[in-house]
Amino acid sequence: MKMSNRQFKIMAIGFISVWMAIFAALPLLLTFLLSLFKPSTTQVVVPHLTLHNYVDAFHYLYIRIFLHSMLWAVFTTVLCLVVAYPFAYAMAKMPSKYRALSLLLIMVPFWTSSLIRTYAMMTIIKAKGLLNHCLIALHIIHAPLQILYTPVAVEIGLVYTLLPFMILPLYANLEKFDWRLVEAARDLGATPWTSFSKVVLPVSMPGIVSGVLLVFLPSITLFYIPEVLGGAKSFLLGNLIKYQFLDGSNWPLGAAMSTLLLLFLLLMIGLYRLRHQRKNAGLFV
Amino acid sequence: MKQPVLALSTVSKAFDQETILDNVSLTVEAGEFITILGPSGCGKTTLLRLVAGFEQPTQGDIVIEGRVVNTVAPHKRRVNTVFQSYALFPHMTVYDNVAFGLSCKNVPRNEIDRRVMDALKSVRLDHFATRKPDQLSGGQQQRVAIARAVVNEPLVLLLDEPLSALDYRLRLDMQLELKRLQRQLGITFILVTHDQEEALSISDRVVVMHDGLVQQVGTPRQIYETPANLQVARFVGAANIFEATIEGIVDQQLDVSFAGRSYRLKNKRSLALQTGQAISVLIRPEDFSVWDRTEVDSEEKAHMIPAVVEDVIYKGSTVDLRLRTESGELIQASEFFDEDDEELNYRVGEPVWAEFQLGWEEILLS
Repeated sequence: MKMSNRQFKIMAIGFISVWMAIFAALPLLLTFLLSLFKPSTTQVVVPHLTLHNYVDAFHYLYIRIFLHSMLWAVFTTVLCLVVAYPFAYAMAKMPSKYRALSLLLIMVPFWTSSLIRTYAMMTIIKAKGLLNHCLIALHIIHAPLQILYTPVAVEIGLVYTLLPFMILPLYANLEKFDWRLVEAARDLGATPWTSFSKVVLPVSMPGIVSGVLLVFLPSITLFYIPEVLGGAKSFLLGNLIKYQFLDGSNWPLGAAMSTLLLLFLLLMIGLYRLRHQRKNAGLFV
Repeated sequence: MKQPVLALSTVSKAFDQETILDNVSLTVEAGEFITILGPSGCGKTTLLRLVAGFEQPTQGDIVIEGRVVNTVAPHKRRVNTVFQSYALFPHMTVYDNVAFGLSCKNVPRNEIDRRVMDALKSVRLDHFATRKPDQLSGGQQQRVAIARAVVNEPLVLLLDEPLSALDYRLRLDMQLELKRLQRQLGITFILVTHDQEEALSISDRVVVMHDGLVQQVGTPRQIYETPANLQVARFVGAANIFEATIEGIVDQQLDVSFAGRSYRLKNKRSLALQTGQAISVLIRPEDFSVWDRTEVDSEEKAHMIPAVVEDVIYKGSTVDLRLRTESGELIQASEFFDEDDEELNYRVGEPVWAEFQLGWEEILLS
């Protein structure tokens, strides 16, 4: 029996919808419901509806961790962008046979668990690790650098793990870029820098935004990277939420924090969209 | 003597050992409208990119106003380009697109404003200044691209197949518009095209290119009426080309036979020819007259070619015929409606006499 195009579409959309409902919508709904119950030390929740968890989530200590995490995430995102943009730009300019190879090389790390890669990173940057051995052997430093269990280590780990998520959307965008626009800019008297900042950068903005969205969110919530590389001092929002669920045994509070974080991110995306639409609308006048 | 605005002297360009331009020399006077005509892959776009500064010549010099500019960056040349698919900046308004060049040169704000609006007025788009390129039609985008280039008052404006994306009627309108703009602005235009009709109708001079070589430089009339070689004759306009052998030469008169008839043709170009040499005789379709078998007296028949109508194509102002001669050649002939021939009724399969005006033929080396 041959399936019609229409049947296939319905099946495909149906399958995706069911998948999303079970694995995305349902857990989110459960998290939200959980955040409305009263916590208990002896059981998961007490069947008593309350908004008290949300009040608790605004404790000044938690707010400090939140702000700290935001700062951290902004820093990670900017760093990723600064590294990824030239990379994606160079890739888009490569002859096509090298592009495929570069893409493959970016994908290869995904074949290993990122947790394992984080532990591998640990062996590289620890006091008697690969990095220090090399630097000492090359007489660049005399005493080993103390990188592991510092914020620098966490930053290295985050940027390393999240870089592909910045490169790929940027590459996807720049690969479609019409390079004649650069020629047009140069022809009109733009220096290489002007043609980049006035033409390439603004035209690739959608790629930048997708990259930022893909990096910013995980850089707040990737709890295992600060835990493995940063030691006790690096406590981010992701660690805080994880703590509520696994160590603090306060699931409703963790759920409330998750819900708040989700709302915050949705708000930011919404604001961006709104600003973007208004900017476009302004030009129609 | 006035200095030419642009000169190419023995310019060659090769990419990966492959020669794209071979020893091209060309001089362009200020205020000229030059068309570079040739089939795709003949090197005409490469020539334009060399002048714009996007490529550097492998050999030879490009001279703008007496200065060799081989290695001068595009943004430092007083040359602007209208790109084939316009390459308008999609994130900017029409105004910002046109203002781009001036703001790169740090022209004062109020002067930018005046010049941008002047440029937009000259292409009749002053009411579209706040639109984005994707809100314009193809013809309007084309005009923005022109305004964006001419606002910088370049010495030379390069146009790379600027009309190829437009439909036929719009293309004709834009040809006139380009011609008008060029006269009004007095800027030298160099336009690249593969459309011979376009080249003939808008330019002061045409440069015909083929296989990286300049085949001929001349006025549209020279190119069409006295093509330098077979390549030019075949590419510009429709042509009947007869292969013939010189049977005898008497006082610059050549005895040749083709299409089953013998002719004595003048060696108008004083070519160095010998008896026995192979030549090509070019006769344009409109230089052929076609007569009904009954219209012709017997003594007139000596120079007429007996043929049979194979195809009749009605074109409105002309009727185009394809005739098969008795000796097997194909002849294209265009007949005009005029007071002598109001009817022009030809039937497929009808036997006719075809005649060309002696002296209107062109002799080319084979």
